[in-house]
Amino acid sequence: MASIDYPLERPAVSLEKGFAQHLYEWVATVDHKKLGLMYVVSALLFFVIAGLMAFVIRLQLMFPNGHVVGPDTFNRLFTMHGTTMVFLVGMPLVAGFANYLVPLMIGARDMAFPRLNAFGFWIFLFGGFLLYYSYIGGSGLYGAGSAPDVGWFANAPLTEKAFSRGHSTDYWALGILVSGVGSIASAINVIATAFSLRCPGMTLSRMPLFVWVMVVDSWLILVALPPLTAAQIMLMLDRYLGANFFNTQQGGSAVLWQHFFWIFGHPEVYILIFPAFAILSEVIPVFSRKPLFGRAAMVGAVVAIGFISLGVWAHHMFAVGMSSWSNTFFAGSSMLVGIPTGLKIFNWTATMYGGKLRLQTPLLYCCAFLFQFLVAGLTGIMLAVAPFDWQLHDSYFLIAHFHYTLMGGLVMGIFAGIYYWFPKAIGKMYNEKLGKWQFWLMIIGFNLTFLPQHIAGMLGMPRRIYTYAPGRGWELWNLLSSLGAMVQFVAVACLVWNLVHSALRGEPAGDDPWDGWTLEWATTSPPPEYNFEKLPVVRSSRPLWDMKHPHDPDWKYE
Amino acid sequence: MFINAVIALLLQAQTSNLPEHPVANTFKPLASPGQQEKDIAILTLAITGAIFVVVGGLIVYGIWRYRRRPGDVSTQEPAQVYGSNQIEAAWTVIPILIVFVLIGVTARVIGSIENASPPPSTVKVRLIGHQWWWTVEYPQFGVTSANEIHVPVATNGSPATYLQLESVDVIHSFWIPQLAGKTDLIPNRTNYAWIDPKEPGIYLGNCAEYCGTQHANMLLRVIAEPPADFNRWADEQKRAANPDPALARAREIFESLACVNCHTIKGTGAVGKFGPDLTHLMSRQTIGSGVTTLTHEHLREWVDDPQTIKPGCLMPSMQLTNEQLDQVVAYLESLH
Repeated sequence: MASIDYPLERPAVSLEKGFAQHLYEWVATVDHKKLGLMYVVSALLFFVIAGLMAFVIRLQLMFPNGHVVGPDTFNRLFTMHGTTMVFLVGMPLVAGFANYLVPLMIGARDMAFPRLNAFGFWIFLFGGFLLYYSYIGGSGLYGAGSAPDVGWFANAPLTEKAFSRGHSTDYWALGILVSGVGSIASAINVIATAFSLRCPGMTLSRMPLFVWVMVVDSWLILVALPPLTAAQIMLMLDRYLGANFFNTQQGGSAVLWQHFFWIFGHPEVYILIFPAFAILSEVIPVFSRKPLFGRAAMVGAVVAIGFISLGVWAHHMFAVGMSSWSNTFFAGSSMLVGIPTGLKIFNWTATMYGGKLRLQTPLLYCCAFLFQFLVAGLTGIMLAVAPFDWQLHDSYFLIAHFHYTLMGGLVMGIFAGIYYWFPKAIGKMYNEKLGKWQFWLMIIGFNLTFLPQHIAGMLGMPRRIYTYAPGRGWELWNLLSSLGAMVQFVAVACLVWNLVHSALRGEPAGDDPWDGWTLEWATTSPPPEYNFEKLPVVRSSRPLWDMKHPHDPDWKYE
Repeated sequence: MFINAVIALLLQAQTSNLPEHPVANTFKPLASPGQQEKDIAILTLAITGAIFVVVGGLIVYGIWRYRRRPGDVSTQEPAQVYGSNQIEAAWTVIPILIVFVLIGVTARVIGSIENASPPPSTVKVRLIGHQWWWTVEYPQFGVTSANEIHVPVATNGSPATYLQLESVDVIHSFWIPQLAGKTDLIPNRTNYAWIDPKEPGIYLGNCAEYCGTQHANMLLRVIAEPPADFNRWADEQKRAANPDPALARAREIFESLACVNCHTIKGTGAVGKFGPDLTHLMSRQTIGSGVTTLTHEHLREWVDDPQTIKPGCLMPSMQLTNEQLDQVVAYLESLH
């Protein structure tokens, strides 16, 4: 174990470094912690950008016949919002958290392939820049549009030359393709690291659940991303070489694109939510002061979700006119996901039962996750009932459902993770009071935004409409939704302020502020470049519990 | 001219007799597919609602009951419980049972909606999606209309309306929430849907698959009438346009303009297929695929520059002079 010395002395020389040296240090780094932080920070930047886009969308829809933006701008806004949130926020958060924490948790000095790691980050970032460059370069020679306006899943044949002139769709396809390379690189790295760099004594059964979930997540990335890459290449071949895979004007198939996209797209949803599962599985036990209830079952559930998620994609396509047998199969397989997911929610709740819950910001966000993810799971069951889905499909109900999953689930989980590991990564404590303010504003704002959208959807409001006439019964729900967006705006501002201010002026956090049990709390905050002076040796899944309770160690029971 | 105006008024009066259902509440269905979808929705909501109350309650209770009390400063850790196979088995098996019940019911409803075969006497409609409007064809009657589907009310076992769904450009989706859930209109592919409205009325829906710039204003309305009224409507639609001698000059101007390249008016030289058929334009309630009501002012504004009403739509402003505009609108208003 690393020696734990208070207070931590910082080498005075770092203060003398100029801006250029700092910049060089970050740009040229292959350190998994710096790369992890850069992933998370760029994800948060994209989160703010895409969040502001959503804010404009909500302003436009606040009242019927809104005139904030025109139809083309609106279509670009929701396309860029969705694409950014999925590919430039969700994916780098997976990579960022895995990068920062996996080596620390398994007692390694770095990732297995540090250079690949740096390559992965930069190619992701430049993929993001490429997508956003469409605002400048998208119109090409034709003067037709700027940013892509085909929706984040870009249904064919709307993406073909006949319907999407200029280059905006090319930037969409290439930007995603390029940043996907980064995701693959990072996934390979996580798997190699977890399988080959664990410290002495850390068998797979003792590996922290966070690492387990990230490993399954990485496998899922390896399996699910290639169909997307293939589809993007086919799309580019269509657009430039007349391949006509999806070009219905020349006999191509529009449904083929949907199969390609969703066989990536549905596992992708689980790829995005898994980091939240990983974070909850660490935060809830520490803040309940109890080990995770049913560790083995929790690992099994994640593996099961991973497998099942590969066979549910066509539930996004219940309306394309598949045969009744196909619809029944995909309805059934989608409902099956509910079983392992339910087990996870039950086990997290059971972890809290009998504990001593410290209701600080990280745990508060976990509680919000449990509640909102429960709603998302149950609306997911409704959407899996294909006849019910024929009504709800592509309506605002669906928007509400997946925002409960990704915003109410993933983002809340990520917030829990950010507050939990901020003291470790930065070495300073965040402001607890401001954190709680943000929590309550976020919860109120989020539910106010998305709860009414369920009802708007049931009243026939389709997604992706830039305007609506009064008298369709949608006014109140849209107004509430837009007001909620404003509350969320304030909440996110609180988060940004809290992080920036605490990073500069926060109290020193100490090495182990939460009385944690996994190895990252055994080193200094922030950890040195080499992570541990001496590689730790572990005997159970909670090595720091063993150290702190020598009379009652975990390894006696495992 | 005067007679036309009277007929227009009568037609207005006739359609306004039908109750309009502007709020498309999926839980107030008025046709069999919508009804079956609602029934299974209620079952699903009951099951998921019960799960929500139980599990949500357990979560809230757990958080409240096991929170660290403000005065508690002891460092004593609670009992370390690692899990329980029995309990975990229980909350795996119970969801499995629920899921299997739900799969069975779902399979039955999917079959009964999707595999229903049309009785021989059905009204058949060919609904074709275009970027931001719909062609409505009745092959049995040789009628072509746009954006508004007239169907007979299906009461006492009279036949349902079968829709053959196609698209000429990108994917669109047919969705009239109170009648039936969605079925996509996909280029290079033919899908089917059916509706049997139980009550006369006007049912609204939107295109439900994002299809480009004006997806928001691609509305669709189903006008369900008693069979006698429907047959009268169909008979009128079969007729070619009735030339009004008083409007010969207006018609000449219309036919001299590029309008005829995109629009069809049966019985005239206008045979374009790119835009909606205008033969019986004035029998419709809306223009621009439901973007606004069909009144004199709106029609004039639309012909003058559709882009002000539906920006991005594929009909350009023809830059008509005021005189041309008056004549063209007068001619269009004679198309009952």
